[in-house]
Amino acid sequence: MGFDQYHEPAAELPAETRTFARLCASLTEEAEAIGWYEQRMAVEPDREARAIMRDAQGEEFKHFAMDLEFLLRRTPLWREIAEGILFQDGDIVEHGEEAEEEAVEEEAARGAPLPGSESLGIGGLRGSDR
Amino acid sequence: MSHLLRGRAPVTEAGWALLDSEARERLTPALAARRLVDFAGPHGWAHSATNLGRAQDLADSPEEGVAARQRRILGLVELRAPFTIPRTELEDAERGTEDVELGSLDEAALRIARAENSAVFHGWSAAGIGGVIEASPHEEITLGEDCERYPRHVAKAVDALRAAGIEGDYGLALGPEVHTRVLETSQHGGYPLLEHLREILGGSIVWAPAVDGGAVLSMRGGDFLFDCGQDLSIGYENHDADAVHLYLEESFGFRVAAPEAAVPLPA
Repeated sequence: MGFDQYHEPAAELPAETRTFARLCASLTEEAEAIGWYEQRMAVEPDREARAIMRDAQGEEFKHFAMDLEFLLRRTPLWREIAEGILFQDGDIVEHGEEAEEEAVEEEAARGAPLPGSESLGIGGLRGSDR
Repeated sequence: MSHLLRGRAPVTEAGWALLDSEARERLTPALAARRLVDFAGPHGWAHSATNLGRAQDLADSPEEGVAARQRRILGLVELRAPFTIPRTELEDAERGTEDVELGSLDEAALRIARAENSAVFHGWSAAGIGGVIEASPHEEITLGEDCERYPRHVAKAVDALRAAGIEGDYGLALGPEVHTRVLETSQHGGYPLLEHLREILGGSIVWAPAVDGGAVLSMRGGDFLFDCGQDLSIGYENHDADAVHLYLEESFGFRVAAPEAAVPLPA
């Protein structure tokens, strides 16, 4: 068994990072499988075989959703952004931009730095005893 | 790489972690304004102005029979406080020394915090910023040197705010000299003055470097608005064989939406 999901030496990683990385790897595998089943079904002439593959693909979708839910539960900001994108009608890109802007502003108001920012992340301090 | 150019500095990841942590530690207690006013953002370095939600008539219009107005905005200010770190100190930090000499960073942190506090409380006319203290229409209540009278002064300020329909909690910013005086004082029976003042206010009492005297202000929100572009960050300027030249930087705008929500307490 390989340990490819770790980009850094596993022994140096905290347990929660290793778990996070395992679920990231699992999410990738489910997504790949979904794509593979889609291709197999596209070329398979046998209806019964296609039905089995469709059923199996459904399982992969379910596992993908469970993996994603796990990862988002551990990243509150990205969960908030995902909530603005997933299961919404309309323009996906627009929802993405809006959800990110709103979530980042709320996060910033709590004193967190912008994602990717190099700031010290001090933000507002009202009501803080820091 | 952002305009801070941190990737160009001869500073390791551990070195940046040390500098960021030291800066955060020094800045946080000194940023008095942020403990009392509304904070919006950070909106990033590219955020250049605050929308004031107002427009003014223009005398000229490009075409007769067409009215022209121009939106009013408040341009953000950029503050930058340079400092220098000897390269030997950064090298020793990598070796694990516990007492890295970061005095220059500490001084820069206090300078930029003082500048921010001063702009918010006393205003900055060149930047179009009106300060909390200068904008207040209330009569000043002089604190004086007799600390025993401070509860009375603060209660009077709170009463003035209530009479003007300004709800609490109320916060108190105190310049370093007055703040020290308050900390050192116990009233009859040994009850700390600080606690007594806190009971009157309901809100925070903050140490406010660069504030002359103090001010009581409402913390209900919506009265004093700090609009942050880039939050305080460390950037890289240049380096030589002996030292790395860095700076602390931020951009912000500040406006007073309800001048009557603060009472000045000059020393």
